[in-house]
Amino acid sequence: MKRPGKIVPFVSALLVAAFVGSVFSLNGVEAARGNQATLEEILYIPSAKALKRMSLGYSGVLADIYWTRAVQYYGRKLSTRRGDLRYDLLYPLLDITTDLDPHLIVAYEFGSIFLSQRPPVGAGQPDKAVALIEKGIRANPDYWRLYFNLGFIHYFDRKDPRAAQQAFEKGSENPKSLVWMKTMAANMAEKANDPETALYLWGRLYESTTDEMVRQNARQHIAALHVDHDVSELQRRVKMYLERKGHLPSNWYEMMHEGLITRVPLDPTEKPYKLMPDGTVQVEDPDSFPFVTQGLPPGWKKSTKPQ
Amino acid sequence: MIARLSAISFNTFREAVRDRVLYNLIVFALLLVATAPLFGEISIGVERLILVNVGLSAISIFGIIIAIFIGIGLVSKEIEKRTLYTILSRPVRRWEFIAGKYMGLLMTLVVNAALMTAGFYLALLIVSHGLGKDDAALLVAVYFIILEFFIVTAITLLFSSFSTPIFAAIFAFALFAIGTFAEDLRNFAALATGLTKWLTTAAAYLVPNFSALNVISQAAHSESISGKLILLNTLYALLYSLTATAGAVLIFERRNLK
Repeated sequence: MKRPGKIVPFVSALLVAAFVGSVFSLNGVEAARGNQATLEEILYIPSAKALKRMSLGYSGVLADIYWTRAVQYYGRKLSTRRGDLRYDLLYPLLDITTDLDPHLIVAYEFGSIFLSQRPPVGAGQPDKAVALIEKGIRANPDYWRLYFNLGFIHYFDRKDPRAAQQAFEKGSENPKSLVWMKTMAANMAEKANDPETALYLWGRLYESTTDEMVRQNARQHIAALHVDHDVSELQRRVKMYLERKGHLPSNWYEMMHEGLITRVPLDPTEKPYKLMPDGTVQVEDPDSFPFVTQGLPPGWKKSTKPQ
Repeated sequence: MIARLSAISFNTFREAVRDRVLYNLIVFALLLVATAPLFGEISIGVERLILVNVGLSAISIFGIIIAIFIGIGLVSKEIEKRTLYTILSRPVRRWEFIAGKYMGLLMTLVVNAALMTAGFYLALLIVSHGLGKDDAALLVAVYFIILEFFIVTAITLLFSSFSTPIFAAIFAFALFAIGTFAEDLRNFAALATGLTKWLTTAAAYLVPNFSALNVISQAAHSESISGKLILLNTLYALLYSLTATAGAVLIFERRNLK
């Protein structure tokens, strides 16, 4: 019987070399397959009913796997933001997830946010988001926060304050719901176009979630609403200056001297707003405010770089 | 060396045949050829699709089951029957024994897959009333299934080199299951940060990636598979199985057989 001699170091070196080679070749395989090829596989079995039977009763675990895949799918799209940004598989993934586990609240709450927001940060499919939330409400009628999500989508993404009001009212009928659901319903009826209403809604979403991604999203929307408000207000005061002095101010100090502002105005990131020679007001770094509608340089396009 | 490797390989193959492993072919042939005409009765317009999915999945599943159930006994059986001592008392090195066993089992699986593929094409002929260019492209999927066998055989051999047959089977099946979800692990690693990213990336490289080798769905839909992917997958399967076999050799070299 021959004993190990020089073979052990040789095989050890071979093992390391082959493993390193396998890592490189796997990277090559993934590059050759591309994103789409790998993602199509996640819907290899597109029927939740079939999946449920195949899970042999472990449908909860399978739902968790599908939910993780939905988050990964969304997160990967969001972080790469390359080329034609489509979220075609997002709704089927969420639909299967919630078929497998109809009580997986997180899938309805966050999934509807992923679906409803405009591209590039979301799929821009508010109708599908509504369908998902309504499915969640049917399966979990006692969970009042889903009505909040429903009203939220109707108000912001479907621009339908009437439907939003109905959703908030319905949710407020639940004895467990918080009192501001009634306030929201009233606001929808009376001052749907008031920016304060939007600010209030985003504030409630910010407070009600512990997920950092949703919080950041809410933070960005709140910041955008503040910027929109600031820019409108500052431009109104620039106009006042023009009417008083007959020419545009060349800097903020001239306006301070006139008592129209008390200090150099700062945006939510603490950077000063820019006063342009034509009297318009712009933000210093538009990329910091993905949802602003005012204060952007003319012709500026949203950056594709990940934030 | 080549003579010794061939002798061990052919003996492993002969033993598998003697163990009536190839009997699964009868089950497979019955499953496909005998039921092929039924596909037209139970489905509308997707007879070929169902046949391709069922046929290729069956080739893969049968092969993996055989690879694991024969692979777990390759070393332990020789120790149990005490034939290992006879083999190693001859001028046969331990690594040659492992490599020979690996090649012998692989030979069994390739013959098995080839015969099943023949049965599969026969069923396809019955269903489609002829074979076309798209059907020839299905051979790529079969080739990828054989590459899966390369990896499964190697990992089974690795586990059987230090574990009891039952645990080797459990480990191999578990690793196979994890490997089919390797894509999820890669996606998770891509989105994770910090230490989690490092750990999941390491795990994703460590476990075999079977999802890259599963093209049954694409083949069923007649989607083309690039030559580059075939080449890279071949390279990956060879290198990964070499890693696992080298691991088996290292463990077996140090194992006390007394």
